[in-house]
Amino acid sequence: MLSLLTRRLIRLAVVLAGVSVVTFAILHVSGDPVSLMMPEAPESDRVVLRQSMGFNDPLPVQFARFVHNIARGDFGQSFFHREPALPLVLERMPTTLLLTVLAMALSLGLAVPIGILSAIRRNSAFDHSATLVVFLGTSMPVFWTGIMLILLFAVQLRWLPVSGWDSWAALVLPAATLATFSTPLLLRIVRSSMLEVINLDYVRTARAKGVSEWLVICRHALTNAALPLVTVAGLQFGLLLGGAVITETVFAVPGVGRLIVNAIRQLDFPIVQAGVFLLALIVVLVNFAVDVLYIYLNPQIRVR
Amino acid sequence: MAIRTLASPVEVGDRAARSAERSRVWRKFVRNPAAIAGALVLATVVAAAIFAPLVAPQDPARQSLIRRFTPPVWADAGKAAYPLGTDQVGRDILSRIVYGARVSLVVGIAAVLVSLVVGVTLGLLSGFLQGRVDTVIMTVVDVTLSFPQLLLALAFVAALGPSLVTIIVVLGLTGWERYTRVVRAEVLALREKDFVEAARAIGASPIRTLLRHLLPNTFSSIIVMSTLQVAQAILQEAALSFLGVGTGNVYPTWGQMIALGRDFVSVAWWLPTFPGLAILLTVLAINLVGDRLRDALDPRVT
Repeated sequence: MLSLLTRRLIRLAVVLAGVSVVTFAILHVSGDPVSLMMPEAPESDRVVLRQSMGFNDPLPVQFARFVHNIARGDFGQSFFHREPALPLVLERMPTTLLLTVLAMALSLGLAVPIGILSAIRRNSAFDHSATLVVFLGTSMPVFWTGIMLILLFAVQLRWLPVSGWDSWAALVLPAATLATFSTPLLLRIVRSSMLEVINLDYVRTARAKGVSEWLVICRHALTNAALPLVTVAGLQFGLLLGGAVITETVFAVPGVGRLIVNAIRQLDFPIVQAGVFLLALIVVLVNFAVDVLYIYLNPQIRVR
Repeated sequence: MAIRTLASPVEVGDRAARSAERSRVWRKFVRNPAAIAGALVLATVVAAAIFAPLVAPQDPARQSLIRRFTPPVWADAGKAAYPLGTDQVGRDILSRIVYGARVSLVVGIAAVLVSLVVGVTLGLLSGFLQGRVDTVIMTVVDVTLSFPQLLLALAFVAALGPSLVTIIVVLGLTGWERYTRVVRAEVLALREKDFVEAARAIGASPIRTLLRHLLPNTFSSIIVMSTLQVAQAILQEAALSFLGVGTGNVYPTWGQMIALGRDFVSVAWWLPTFPGLAILLTVLAINLVGDRLRDALDPRVT
């Protein structure tokens, strides 16, 4: 078991190295970072900048410097804010995480009961409607769903604010929008993993023993269906953060996503790199946690 | 996706069996009304995109300040010439949606082709060679999976400068890992089968085994995945245009129409609503077709 954990740790390190390479590549993929950073500057200014920022050094040297800097939390100065990039990203991170966690909680709260009911009453009218909702949900662009919710609840009914992040009411529409994106994905997993375990021998045995239906579902079936759900929920965390980026833009939520999108428009690459790297870091750590959790939860792996 | 081993491996050259297989798949497909509806919607969208100049009632770029914010035809102030109304500079929304289908479909299909070539090649190599090659490729997959795809695409499109080709390549190169994972899993399961063993025993070269015996048996998964991936790519392209790093201003795109319409949602609800419905219908149609295709191609589901 220790060796499995060690292997996971090595993979974590390797993946983080890969994540740094990709983040580094954002600024260097076009071949000339300077013209990317200051498209309208005269050539004389560019030469100065190229020299002062070390863009004339060989790429491996620049990459080594980049890794050395980000290890100390230094992603450079934001061109637009004239401040170090990392603190700017970090101070907006709680907002993005709150939005993501709210949406995840909302999706789980909807997907788990609906998915279970769908699986128990397979092919019923309820199951078919749930399938229809899954199809609709996965086919809607997130940003459009958000605008439609604004149109209905903020413009027509005037129940909720159009945008912002300054009151609890303002959180409702962004969280609901992001949840419409993640609920169908989770619902599908809950339904299919419940269907897989519901007819297995041990569930039938529990029924035969006279255990109440409710207890069979909760204690016997759900605990086993939970394992794939944990894995998938972990894997989808990245997808959810991607959705959060768009949701924040639609509702003017002051989170990391909106910061990155604005930074991209202003060609403020230190912010883009810091933001992309941190969001990827969160995904990597969440997946690592899921992996470790999996080792402890799954008796089959534990024995080995 | 579960590892699926086909009950009947495709025997290369066996025409009768293949055509029987094809008609069985076809019969299973047409039995589902939702899939038929999806296929019809999809055919309409494709036809509209190809014959856009004939289908669109107006010139999509013609502005007219007198006619700005004309509501859809069924509203009191609606005009038959502008069935879905006009936008903030008086352009016909229906015509822009019809032309917008071109960008969505071209980007969706082309990006998936890029992903497919990259992902399937790496998946075949990973599953077939195993060992160190497999470790390296799967690490790259892990790294790719660590980034929210949209965010990565956004950053690279911005860095390379937005254009149709950039968007296709970036979406293609950020969405290939699913092919690699599925093809690798199938190759790992298939390479132990008797017919692969037999091919090797009669002296088929590794490349021949790979291309003639392993690759054809992953086709049904690849077809299903590609269909569903086109839907994803269309959504991603729309999101990129919405965020302002789209294909530029040459062609109208659905995402861009929604972005522009958002600012006028309180005075003219039809501006963002109809392009979004176009995305929803197209993506839903592709998803319905892809889902049914999955069941139809799976010999275990009757």
